[in-house]
Amino acid sequence: MIRAAAAAVALCALAAAPLWIPGGYYLNILSQILIYAIFALGLNLLVGYAGLVSLGHAGLFGVACYAVAWLVAAGAGQLVAALGALAVLLATTAAFAVLSLRSAGIGFLMITLAIGQILWGMAYRWIDLTGGDNGINLAARPQPFGISLAFATPFYYFTLIVFLVALASVAVFIASPLGASLKGTRDQPRRMSALGYNVWLIRFLAFLFSGLWSGVAGLLFCYYNQFVSPNVLSLGSSAEALLMVISGGSGTLLGPIAGAALVVVMKNVASAYIERWNFLLGAIFVAIVLFMPEGLVPGSARLGRRLWLRLRGVPAAGGAR
Amino acid sequence: MARKFGRRSFLAGTAAAAMPWAPAVAGAQGVRLGLLTVKTGPLAQGGLQMEQGLSVFLKQKGSMLAGRPVELIVADTGGNPAGAKTKAQELVERDKVDFIVGPLAAFELLAISAYIEQAQVPLLSLAAADDMTQRKPNSYFVRASATSSQCDHPLGDYAAKEMNLKRVATISEDFAFGYEQAGGFQRVFEGEGGRIVKKLWPPLNTADFTPFLAQIADVDGVWNGFAGANPIKFNQQYAGLGLKAKYPVLGGWTAYDDALLKSFGDDAMGAISAAWYSSDLDTASNRRFVADMVKQYGNVPGGYAAGTFINGMCIEAALEKTGGKTDDRATLIAALRGVSLTDTPRGTFHFDRFGNVVGNVFIRRLERKDGRLVNTIVKTYPNVSQFWTFDEKKYLAQPVYSRDYPPLRS
Amino acid sequence: MNQWLLLGVNSITLGGLLFLLSAGFSLIFGLMRIPNLTHGSFFMLGAYIGVSFLGLGLGFWAAALLAAAAMAVIGGGIERLLLRRLAGQELAQVLVTLGLSFMIADLCLMIWGGDPISLDTPAGLSGAVPIASIVFPAYRLAIVVIAVVIAVALWLMLERTRLGAMIRAGVDDAPMARVVGIRVSRLFTLIFCLGAGIAGFAGVMGGPILSVYPGLDADMLPLALIIVILGGTGSLLGALLGSIVVGFLYNFGQVLFPEIAYIILFLPMLLILLFRPQGLFGRHAP
Repeated sequence: MIRAAAAAVALCALAAAPLWIPGGYYLNILSQILIYAIFALGLNLLVGYAGLVSLGHAGLFGVACYAVAWLVAAGAGQLVAALGALAVLLATTAAFAVLSLRSAGIGFLMITLAIGQILWGMAYRWIDLTGGDNGINLAARPQPFGISLAFATPFYYFTLIVFLVALASVAVFIASPLGASLKGTRDQPRRMSALGYNVWLIRFLAFLFSGLWSGVAGLLFCYYNQFVSPNVLSLGSSAEALLMVISGGSGTLLGPIAGAALVVVMKNVASAYIERWNFLLGAIFVAIVLFMPEGLVPGSARLGRRLWLRLRGVPAAGGAR
Repeated sequence: MARKFGRRSFLAGTAAAAMPWAPAVAGAQGVRLGLLTVKTGPLAQGGLQMEQGLSVFLKQKGSMLAGRPVELIVADTGGNPAGAKTKAQELVERDKVDFIVGPLAAFELLAISAYIEQAQVPLLSLAAADDMTQRKPNSYFVRASATSSQCDHPLGDYAAKEMNLKRVATISEDFAFGYEQAGGFQRVFEGEGGRIVKKLWPPLNTADFTPFLAQIADVDGVWNGFAGANPIKFNQQYAGLGLKAKYPVLGGWTAYDDALLKSFGDDAMGAISAAWYSSDLDTASNRRFVADMVKQYGNVPGGYAAGTFINGMCIEAALEKTGGKTDDRATLIAALRGVSLTDTPRGTFHFDRFGNVVGNVFIRRLERKDGRLVNTIVKTYPNVSQFWTFDEKKYLAQPVYSRDYPPLRS
Repeated sequence: MNQWLLLGVNSITLGGLLFLLSAGFSLIFGLMRIPNLTHGSFFMLGAYIGVSFLGLGLGFWAAALLAAAAMAVIGGGIERLLLRRLAGQELAQVLVTLGLSFMIADLCLMIWGGDPISLDTPAGLSGAVPIASIVFPAYRLAIVVIAVVIAVALWLMLERTRLGAMIRAGVDDAPMARVVGIRVSRLFTLIFCLGAGIAGFAGVMGGPILSVYPGLDADMLPLALIIVILGGTGSLLGALLGSIVVGFLYNFGQVLFPEIAYIILFLPMLLILLFRPQGLFGRHAP
């Protein structure tokens, strides 16, 4: 009940954002938060629900980014370019998944890191295709149904719609039998295997789904910036996405969104006021681990509950006894 | 509100302290100057110097240009293209700046180029990407420093004619700035009878240059185009392997920038470099600039600080032409590109039709004088254009310098 | 001919430096199962602290040892205050170690500024040594000697001392070790001190070759990861051999395959992970 009400309020606030947010600049920041939230939602499918920590997801984000910019530059229409980019993305993701799912745990992390770095190196050196560090410019944003996305407000709504679709699809996926078995492979891989589940296939499908949303975020990022360069594939970008997931709360639906908001706001807004914002961001991550090791969203929920109980006069700690 | 204004360095802390109401006044009728720089991460070295140079300039002017108070708004891009784009939007859309100085890196500049053209805000950047004033020009862009290859054309001439080098190996980071510098050097050097025998491209994050240095043999000299912190590492390792005693070393402006001199040991002594700025230049404005930099920051200025200082001078000159008006952007950029100055820290210069500087390039030798390292000017090439002595049309018909262009002659 | 000899010698000396870099990472990762993503920052911070000690007029070796001691204290503090409570929580470990690396990078920028700093080669080692037909910097050769000394010392400590026996017991089966009266938590702090201390020492040792600059941390961390993957986790010998293998791969790879310079180390790393996940010299899969 409360949840449904909160969701409705949040949805209304997001839908009405252009009305209450002062100016296009801040609306653009909100669009960026949504783009990174989609990226983090995708990554969270692996990190949070499959227990597979990827340090190479910026590679997938970046491949989609490059593919769409390249296709548009090569003369393809926007729709063809977007579909083509998604096809390239899915093929890359499948290869990425086949290679990295040979391992789990720290081995998985290292394989994804290596692949991510190799993609980054290719972006630098395969100059004929990528333009090297000069990157590729995207001449214009797409015009779905003839609506120009050139300005902040229509672009924001476009991003918001994609974001809501991503959120809903991830929620449905997690609640589905496939999502349940994915969590099973995270917690009890051997038992799942013994029960006849194809652990590899479950993980592979989750990887594809994760890659899909990471890539869609990459597409939006390319539309937003109208520029792509090797920086998007860097280890730093992969680490940033992972930090969003973990700091917000991995394995929760809303955690990655909170994490994305935290990082984007610190980088783009707080950095205008606080010279040493990078230090502060690091300190916030450390503080999160100290005070809410489960992440911002579940952590605040726990603290909120405790506060609520205390307000009602119920002794908080050990109250359950 | 206090928080909001905390970020704005109203130049001259003293001026701001004396006029606590300055923000309101500046907001109403001041000129708003945005600085896109990098204050965190590996590029911060140049970024901090950019801020220092512009601050020194505004302090010298008492934060008044052409009779109008100036408000400086500093934005930290974090050294990445997406950050540069967001911060450019912040400066343009939220802070409504009249000019943007920066950004630092070529990939940052390329990321915001289209946006700047559309927003019609004059942009004065030090980033060197050749094509920004050649094959993909931007009508709101002005570059008072140099293209990547601009200083290396005369260096190629100097190497062939004055140093009489015949066979040279080049080594530079494996990215566009390296390719463009090396290409400029190669084209002029080979055009005058020299020969590039080897081109080496260590990746950006190379820790040990030895595998590349091991390939250098049978040459008269080595040219390098390193930037950032790499020059220190390169010269340490080059000298360590005993190559310095065998082959004289030459370099572009970032490789032997004056701001790096305090970081070099004796390893770099004797290096010949070409730069569009030298703290050694004897002009009135440069003497004052260097003295103020040393006094305020304890730093001998290099290209990054001098670049933003000179950008400040260009902005002042343009404002004087427009009578302090900034609202008509077409007039403003025309005034800016029409700027021609004589007494600046880099000497006389003006702009070509692409908004790129035509000015001095100094050939310097790194020496020890009175116990400290200095780049002594040994030759000045005046009025150097980005096209060197080549015909502009023919120049632009060729591809931009790249890893394989000009090719290595076999 | 000279070129190949030079590359060969340099492969070994670079391997020595890389061992100093990765030994601490390998110890912490192998014994405590913590992927310490702050390791590159320890290397950089150690180098900067060394710079400050040198600035106080101390000699090179004194500065290196004091920097190591300072890093050991800092590392121990981080283990006690932060990592201690995160045993087994891989994600929280990633978050906290990356968070710390952001903080350390910005802190170094605040304290030491952005300008690169070169460290002078210590007196007596600044010359070059003739080896067959080439001359090679004496300092780089000295690093190999130091790396070997540290490797032997660590090996003796782990294999031949009571402390080493306790560490091995604590790692193999912590609950059992506790039962027999070993204070496992104190051991872990000790290991972290040691790992951070060696990293800090390595930072100063690397100074005369790499110099010290913002971004050194990010340049070094992937190298430590690659070495531990190639060599195999949890074995000191693996780290040593992995370092030398990386030294050779790097030196000869850059010359023989310039086209793939950017991925010259990550490609072999990927192949090893795929086909020999326990590493070249490791016994168990990670």
